[in-house]
Amino acid sequence: MTEALQWARYHWQRLIRGAPRDDDSRPYNYSSLLACGCKSSQTPKLAGKHRIVVPHLQPFKDEYEKFSGAYVNNRIRTTKYTLLNFVPRNLFEQFHRKEKKYIDQCWKDVTVGDFIRLSCNEVIPADMVLLFSTDPDGICHIETSGLDGESNLKQRQVVRGYAEQDSEVDPEKFSSRIECESPNNDLSRFRGFLEHSNKERVGLSKENLLLRGCTIRNTEAVVGIVVYAGHETKAMLNNSGPRYKRSKLERRANTDVLWCVMLLVIMCLTGAVGHGIWLSRYEKMHFFNIPEPDGHTISPLLAGFYMFWTMIILLQVLIPISLYVSIEIVKLGQIYFIQSDVDFYNEKTDSTVQCRALNIAEDLGQIQYLFSDKTGTLTENKMVFRRCSVAGFDYCHEENARRLESYQVAVSEDEDFTDTVSSFLSNMAKPRAPSCRTVHNGPLGTKPSNHLAGSSFTLGSGEGASEVPHSRQAAFSSPIETDVIPDTRLLDKFSQITPRLFMPLDETIQNPPLETLYIIDFFIALAICNTVVVSAPNQPPQKIRHPSLRGLPIKSLEEVKSLFQRWSVRRSSSPSLNSGKEPSSGVPNAFVSRLPLFSRMKPASPVEEEVSQVCKSPQCSSSSACCTETEKQHSDAGLLNGKAESLPGQPLACNLCYEAESPDEAALVYAARAYQCTLQSRTPEQVMVDFAALGPLTFQLLHILPFDSVRKRMSVVVRHPLSNQVVVYTKGADSVIMELLSVASPDGASLEKQQLIIREKTQKHLDDYAKQGLRTLCIAKKVMSDTEYAEWLRNHFLAETSIDNREELLLESAMRLENKLTLLGATGIEDRLQEGVPESIEALHKAGIKIWMLTGDKQETAVNIAYACKLLEPDDKLFILNTQSKDACGMLMSTILKELQKKTQALPEQVSLSVDLLQPPVPQDSGLRAGLIITGKTLEFALQESLQKQFLELTSWCQAVVCCRATPLQKSEVVKLVRSHLQVMTLAIGDGANDVSMIQVADIGIGVSGQEGMQAVMASDFAVSQFKHLSKLLLVHGHWCYTRLSNMILYFFYKNVAYVNLLFWYQFFCGFSGTSMTDYWVLIFFNLLFTSAPPVIYGVLEKDVSAETLMQLPELYKSGQKSEAYLPHTFWITLLDAFYQSLVCFFVPYFTYQGSDIDIFAFGNPLNTAALFIILLHLVIESKSLTWIHLLVIIGSILSYFLFAIVFGAMCVTCNPPSNPYWIMQEHMLDPVFYLVCILTMSIALLPRFVYRVLQGSLFPSPILRAKHFDRLTPEERTKALKKWRGAGKMNQVTSKYANQSAGKSGRRPMPGPSAVFAMKSATSCAIEQGNLSLCETALDQGYSETKAFEMAGPSKGKES
Amino acid sequence: MAMNYNAKDEVDGGPPCAPGGSAKTRRPDNTAFKQQRLPAWQPILTAGTVLPIFFIIGLIFIPIGIGIFVTSNNIREIEGNVFMYYGLSNFYQNHRRYVKSRDDSQLNGDSSALLNPSKECEPYRRNEDKPIAPCGAIANSMFNDTLELFLIGNDSYPIPIALKKKGIAWWTDKNVKFRNPPGGDNLKERFKGTTKPVNWLKPVYMLDSDPDNNGFINEDFIVWMRTAALPTFRKLYRLIERKSDLHPTLPAGRYSLNVTYNYPVHYFDGRKRMILSTISWMGGKNPFLGIAYIAVGSISFLLGVVLLVINHKYRNSSNTADITI
Repeated sequence: MTEALQWARYHWQRLIRGAPRDDDSRPYNYSSLLACGCKSSQTPKLAGKHRIVVPHLQPFKDEYEKFSGAYVNNRIRTTKYTLLNFVPRNLFEQFHRKEKKYIDQCWKDVTVGDFIRLSCNEVIPADMVLLFSTDPDGICHIETSGLDGESNLKQRQVVRGYAEQDSEVDPEKFSSRIECESPNNDLSRFRGFLEHSNKERVGLSKENLLLRGCTIRNTEAVVGIVVYAGHETKAMLNNSGPRYKRSKLERRANTDVLWCVMLLVIMCLTGAVGHGIWLSRYEKMHFFNIPEPDGHTISPLLAGFYMFWTMIILLQVLIPISLYVSIEIVKLGQIYFIQSDVDFYNEKTDSTVQCRALNIAEDLGQIQYLFSDKTGTLTENKMVFRRCSVAGFDYCHEENARRLESYQVAVSEDEDFTDTVSSFLSNMAKPRAPSCRTVHNGPLGTKPSNHLAGSSFTLGSGEGASEVPHSRQAAFSSPIETDVIPDTRLLDKFSQITPRLFMPLDETIQNPPLETLYIIDFFIALAICNTVVVSAPNQPPQKIRHPSLRGLPIKSLEEVKSLFQRWSVRRSSSPSLNSGKEPSSGVPNAFVSRLPLFSRMKPASPVEEEVSQVCKSPQCSSSSACCTETEKQHSDAGLLNGKAESLPGQPLACNLCYEAESPDEAALVYAARAYQCTLQSRTPEQVMVDFAALGPLTFQLLHILPFDSVRKRMSVVVRHPLSNQVVVYTKGADSVIMELLSVASPDGASLEKQQLIIREKTQKHLDDYAKQGLRTLCIAKKVMSDTEYAEWLRNHFLAETSIDNREELLLESAMRLENKLTLLGATGIEDRLQEGVPESIEALHKAGIKIWMLTGDKQETAVNIAYACKLLEPDDKLFILNTQSKDACGMLMSTILKELQKKTQALPEQVSLSVDLLQPPVPQDSGLRAGLIITGKTLEFALQESLQKQFLELTSWCQAVVCCRATPLQKSEVVKLVRSHLQVMTLAIGDGANDVSMIQVADIGIGVSGQEGMQAVMASDFAVSQFKHLSKLLLVHGHWCYTRLSNMILYFFYKNVAYVNLLFWYQFFCGFSGTSMTDYWVLIFFNLLFTSAPPVIYGVLEKDVSAETLMQLPELYKSGQKSEAYLPHTFWITLLDAFYQSLVCFFVPYFTYQGSDIDIFAFGNPLNTAALFIILLHLVIESKSLTWIHLLVIIGSILSYFLFAIVFGAMCVTCNPPSNPYWIMQEHMLDPVFYLVCILTMSIALLPRFVYRVLQGSLFPSPILRAKHFDRLTPEERTKALKKWRGAGKMNQVTSKYANQSAGKSGRRPMPGPSAVFAMKSATSCAIEQGNLSLCETALDQGYSETKAFEMAGPSKGKES
Repeated sequence: MAMNYNAKDEVDGGPPCAPGGSAKTRRPDNTAFKQQRLPAWQPILTAGTVLPIFFIIGLIFIPIGIGIFVTSNNIREIEGNVFMYYGLSNFYQNHRRYVKSRDDSQLNGDSSALLNPSKECEPYRRNEDKPIAPCGAIANSMFNDTLELFLIGNDSYPIPIALKKKGIAWWTDKNVKFRNPPGGDNLKERFKGTTKPVNWLKPVYMLDSDPDNNGFINEDFIVWMRTAALPTFRKLYRLIERKSDLHPTLPAGRYSLNVTYNYPVHYFDGRKRMILSTISWMGGKNPFLGIAYIAVGSISFLLGVVLLVINHKYRNSSNTADITI
């Protein structure tokens, strides 16, 4: 859309700028521009490989102008928003030099190099590097739902070196330049560095970049410098723009309308020529060639020419202009019925299907390819902790599972309950918050007024908008995810935990209960090995933080003691808090009450118990006290306040909100919380965990190695507060973690043996989990010595600061850290499939729809879900395309293809069977099923022009294709490729903003109005609330809409041709003079009134097969895919029938009245009447179901015709000059011949169509016709008949070739064959033979089909789906 | 493009969370109409179900056809009232511009239209600055031959047959649609200021001596003005009324037809005819309808038989009735 504009601007700038400076570079740049311009996904690289950004300020003026020419400003045409509501929303502050302050500017005026200051809840106008945040830790929270559809908050970090500044960054003193990548569409990557004036460089990463389209949340204000603006922003580069959609049926109809025009021209030419010839015989005859008013006669040639136009006016009804109006009306009716289908109603969200596009409903009936997003579309996007295995013991959480099953019932009550609790808690927390704030304002207060204002602001907004975040966070904080019922066995083991376990190791421990240690470590890892942001529902997250506690867990025994004493006093002195809480909530917190541990602890004065526990561990407390002395002075107050909030807040802790980058992380944290291992707060420096038995533990956070898809794991490096050791907790995919476990333990044989046993057991559990379709994660830990850590840290810093191959270095550094791990256990998380998804997918498969899953998620998850939702069957052969180079990709594809073809040729007799299309539809799984998995990287190669064809051919062999790690742009490109190359109808369904471009590109885009905002819905043509609705939408409504509309259109053509041809035939008997034997009013009203309503009703209400049958026999959908109702030849057959009927309708009265004294209108009257009956009865024959509405309309049409004819005939004596059908109908009504003629005409005209339909019904019924019989059966007979139908299908072993034909050249044939393992093995070997290239990187997972390796990687960071 | 405005979108597009008014849901009504479950007649067209229709058609059409055929053939006997027609062939009275060339208002007696005929009448609207009455090409080309029928008896003196001029036009035409212009008693006065059509010999008020059959309401004129639908047509000219029940209207014998030839047809390859015919309940003689009915009835019967066979065979071939396959 904006491409042309953008191109133009580039061109212009280049010419202006390039000419005076450097003449030589111009042609080169110009051509490179040309090359770039052809593909939208590539960005013109004007500034070379890197982009240099300098501030747009006076001191940098020269330098700025040198660079700025290459920048595109933010001017983007928005069509959706009017100026009025556009401008005020998007004003923002931009640093303005002259005013020395920020001024409001429009989005379009932002250019690269500008400083921008944004406040909370503002939308980011351009990609910018974060230089300042009001958050003392230099963190800025952003919500990226506008970009990737994830509704959780993400953290962004101020550029290193700027975070320490207390005051806001002063743009005037900013004297650095930024060098970064040239604009690209990779949302998950940003590389660059910031060079200070003293040549010191600071690395920039994705963590420092604020992306356009995101929203600032929970951060008072931020300042950044723009690096990409306008079309260059990553958001824009990922947006391929909308497309105007027109339905396939309408396109088809349009060509036929053109044929009608051709026909009209032919008919008019016939008339013109005929008139010319006729007139030339009587040129001098004034009877026939009536002279013009001035007396002269016109020549036959000219008369013929005039006649052409006369005929066009006469016969123009042939071009069904009213067709378009009728189509629109019919579509409205169809949409109305879709929207009022009660099956689409979702109780929970009180929403039903939403038809946003009114003109493509019939496309729903012709879908051949379905592209689906995964998370939120197929799954609920609710990660639920299901099972875990710790130290080789499986805890299956039976109760939890039961809770999940009964969840549906209790959901409404639960939600009500949480509402009351949270409101109560917010009331309680309110008076507390300001006091807390004022206390630590003192030490911090460099800019007190500002801060205070900010805090009050956030408080206010937090309260006022308390509903908004609540609903927004619904994604990860619904009771089903947050309330985990602990396993009783595991709880028992928890009771053994005492701080005594952390006594120094030199003390002889009698047979250390290793398992208990494992459990502690396991849950600590669950709680801290993540990037979860903690916030309370009604408070901004920073309130929970305890800055005073920084790096100082517990200082000394005395202090701890005094602390607890104070706390207990405080607690008992404010009984209103406790006593007010318990009874007031009436129903106690569901979680608390169900927790045996908690209830057991409650009565036995928890204060004393905890104090005593803490007191028993003096050594560890004191030993950990040595770390920091600096903040001692304000620790007292801080500690006090922190405790005051966090400890009595233990029940309150249940109400902490965890916002994680991926729902898995949140699920694990919630699971840990269920075991009283509550993540209390997280700052960049420390993590605070409230461990029930051990009291609050504060981990000094030394390092986080974030998740990435290569490592498939993440790690945190912390200093353990009890043992004071440096501990690495790692969480990741089992396949990876298992590799990294320590082989030789230094602690002796017994431990090593134990580890081995645990490992074996855990592996078994993991396989078990995977079989259940759970997302599995392994948890491991490693203890490091300080020196080891120091050494690693030194290397790591080197890696972090390097620019060029930083990623490789970081990876290497991570590898050095994450090794020799000790396995703690594993978790099984369920990303629950939405209700009815497998059934829907199965039905859609049977309907002959090829389903592709395009997800930004990682391969393991994607494959897992694909199995769970029956996209892949357990015995499917799986091919995995995961290569690092284009050549390898191509070679691998050709190898697989060759194998597949060989397989097919080996069994040719099977192929020959698949001929008879009239056989009952056959379930798809009769042939060999294959699935293809392709990763985003490889997809990039496959989408390149040279490999496209091969890729499509390969996919056409496969039942299901799963594309993982696909970017939004790739998603849309895949859809585009399939749509344009295979000429098929595509449907894309997704729920997030990352699916928007795919939704727009596909023929039909469906948005799932789920958890992730409204982006997808806004861009979609239809919005549903759940995936399962898709099957009814397509199979029933799609089928209906398509058959209805196509039959209606065909009928419309028929109707017009049949009627208009009557006029045409008459021309042969009136010297081609353009006489109409019907009054003009009748002529007009015939189309407008008498025959307009029945086709519309037919188009809206026609029901060839009932909804139940359509759902039970998805195979019926194939008729729509093949466009059976409206093929090109159907149109011509219809036209032929129309010609025949009009001939009959004309010539029967003609022969009857031949030679009689009948006059023109009296001759036209039986023609009209017969035509009306023929046209209406034709509809009755074609209708598969007739309701009283049909009858009403048909009878109404007939009555209105006669009424009009009689009234018009009686009233109109001299009206409508020069002539009128005065009293003709009345005369005819009394004439038996009139009736005889009409009846005879009708019989002869309709006989062929009727006989054809009868013969079709008995001799060669289509599947639809056969299915129609089902509607008449009783339920018992019906089930029997259905069984029989399916059985017949299986017996015949015929694979219907629907996809073959539609997919055109790509020959998809059934691939019988016992195993594809062979195929893959040979494929690998083949690949290795040719492997002297970079083929060694080719990953062809051999064992995949056998083990179905359900491997799950760790928390998916930057999850794009 | 909408990316930047998600905040707004969510506010606008999100489900309205009205805590108070939760009574109103968006749940569609579960009615038969809205759920498309209206009771419907679902005809399934198979040989078995439609068999009766074909036989019924056959059984009804054939007798009707025979009836019509017999009636049509009986028309030749000249009994009862005999209608005398003149026929013209290859005369395109249905030419578009010819058909248009008339002014119904003038013919309806509208005095303003009489003196200022419609433009449609061009070029037969005015002659020598006087409006033509009746104007237009149709009127101008009126058939003006005179036909007289004589019975040549034995005494070789031809007896003229009484030809009734009135009653040949539709009643509504004669009494409603066609009217003489208002004015004095004298018809000539009423048509004052007009001139006769170019081809006519006499002005319109001299078409007949009977004042009830003169001017625009002259029935010959009215009949002519009802333009024929097809180029070969006949028009009712006179009625020969039956005198008594005892004698046929036109007894057997030699007749002579005296034609006053005014109307040229040879230059357009036309032909003139005179037709004498009686009329039945179904109009004039035409065997087509009867034959067509018999044919359609027979075909329908035949088809019925074919379908019977098909139905029979088909039932045999798949013994599972018409339920599954």
